[in-house]
Amino acid sequence: MLHINNLNVHYGGIHALRGINIDIPENKIITLIGANGAGKSTTLRSIMGITKPSQGSIQYHGEELTKYKTKDIVEKGIVLVPEGRRVFSNLTVEENLLLGAYCRSDKEGIKKDMEWVYELFPRLKERLWQKAGTMSGGEQQMLAVGRGLMTKPKLLMMDEPSLGLAPLLVKEIFNIVREIHRQGMTILLIEQNAKASLEVADYGYVLETGTIVLEGPGQELLKNDEVKNAYLGEAK
Amino acid sequence: MTFQVFLQHLTNGMSLGSLYALIAIGYTMVYGILRLINFAHGDIFMIATYVAFYAVVLLGMQLWWIAFPIAIIFTYLFGRLVEKAAYRPLRNSPRISVLISAIGVSFLIENLAIVVFGGRPKAFPIPPMFNKVFNISGVSIVSINFFIPVITVALLIGLVYFINKTKTGMAMRAVSKDYEASRLMAIDVDKIISLTFGIGSVLAAVGGIMWGLKFPKLEPLMGLMPGLKCFIAAVVGGIGDIRGAVLGGFILGLGEIMLVALLPELTGYRDAFAFVLLIVILLIKPTGLMGQKLSEKV
Repeated sequence: MLHINNLNVHYGGIHALRGINIDIPENKIITLIGANGAGKSTTLRSIMGITKPSQGSIQYHGEELTKYKTKDIVEKGIVLVPEGRRVFSNLTVEENLLLGAYCRSDKEGIKKDMEWVYELFPRLKERLWQKAGTMSGGEQQMLAVGRGLMTKPKLLMMDEPSLGLAPLLVKEIFNIVREIHRQGMTILLIEQNAKASLEVADYGYVLETGTIVLEGPGQELLKNDEVKNAYLGEAK
Repeated sequence: MTFQVFLQHLTNGMSLGSLYALIAIGYTMVYGILRLINFAHGDIFMIATYVAFYAVVLLGMQLWWIAFPIAIIFTYLFGRLVEKAAYRPLRNSPRISVLISAIGVSFLIENLAIVVFGGRPKAFPIPPMFNKVFNISGVSIVSINFFIPVITVALLIGLVYFINKTKTGMAMRAVSKDYEASRLMAIDVDKIISLTFGIGSVLAAVGGIMWGLKFPKLEPLMGLMPGLKCFIAAVVGGIGDIRGAVLGGFILGLGEIMLVALLPELTGYRDAFAFVLLIVILLIKPTGLMGQKLSEKV
């Protein structure tokens, strides 16, 4: 579905991504793990067209994405649930969800997807009229995911959805990830919480200072000694 | 002062306050979305009055109802042009650069106006329906002083509806909060910002035409003082908040008129009222009457 080929990104003098290759097949959960500053968010930002790569290609269904603007990429069916949730705190929950559907004009479809989002996150339905900024972190994360789903994506990318959430909520978020995937969504998940994300992922990549140092099926990476050592906090 | 005289001043103050409110909204909307004080806003107001003047001169007085909308449309496009030429290229620059650009645009428009329109004041043509005098139980009202608040309220209702109930208005509120998250929702941020300038300019144009009908003297620097006062109105109300701009506009307009009415010996200090009010507000409540406390959430 999406192929990243020899992607290089420079921020001024900093070489943030050094020729990474990632392959995202349809209907899979792919995860990208790594420490702070490894280049995870940069990868997502490049796919969305927010950051322009200095070299390399990103192909979506055989089409080069790097030449498009963010807006066009969203319309092609790729959405990013950004790090830190970034919900519109001055808007109500319902308005946030409607903004997710900003690029759509199929009224029936929007209504149906709203119902679907409420089904996934019953708590959002209770807070329809509440300003998004007054909700808890977990609820805001649910709203951010719901808002992303309202764009009717084919590829859903999440940047650290578990960041700053209580363990119980982290579990809930990952359950939702599984549920959305079960319904046929392709997901690219970026996490520092390596254990939780490798458990749900079909395939994982480990990113270190802009280079992919390891890759393999999620279960295999979980058993890998280097991963255990560096990311799972287990001694050899 | 008799009750009649008081009512007389009240209608006068209400119509001046309406004009201030309309122009102040332009400042506050642009600030809300760009965090920029658009110093050229007063000059856009001036351009609108001049275009209305020339349109009436060209089309004839009886076709004022065509001339005024032409001026409004022209100002709408002019506001968007200013944004595109002077502010959009600086979208990723420090805020101070954009501010300097705004001051530059303001000087450019003012001096261009002196060259193009001439420095000598012109008399704004007033269609007869706007300067009829009505006498209601001892209070005499010029019809324009009745039209101004009515038109202002109608525009305000339209604006509030647009911002709160339409998809584009929703996008506008989203953009004012977070550019990048808005882009991720496929919102064309540049388009929304440009539209905001357009709307602010339309309100300034309507304000400018009504200003011309009330104070029919046109000169290239006529936007300066109203521009400053309306900026103060926006700050007094709490900049970034539309309700605040309206409130600030009315406080300023009514205050100015009432000051002169109650203390005639202070007439010469009429313009100082706005600045004193600004100083007082900044000392007591720096975020303005409607402004929320600034708290940076990390």
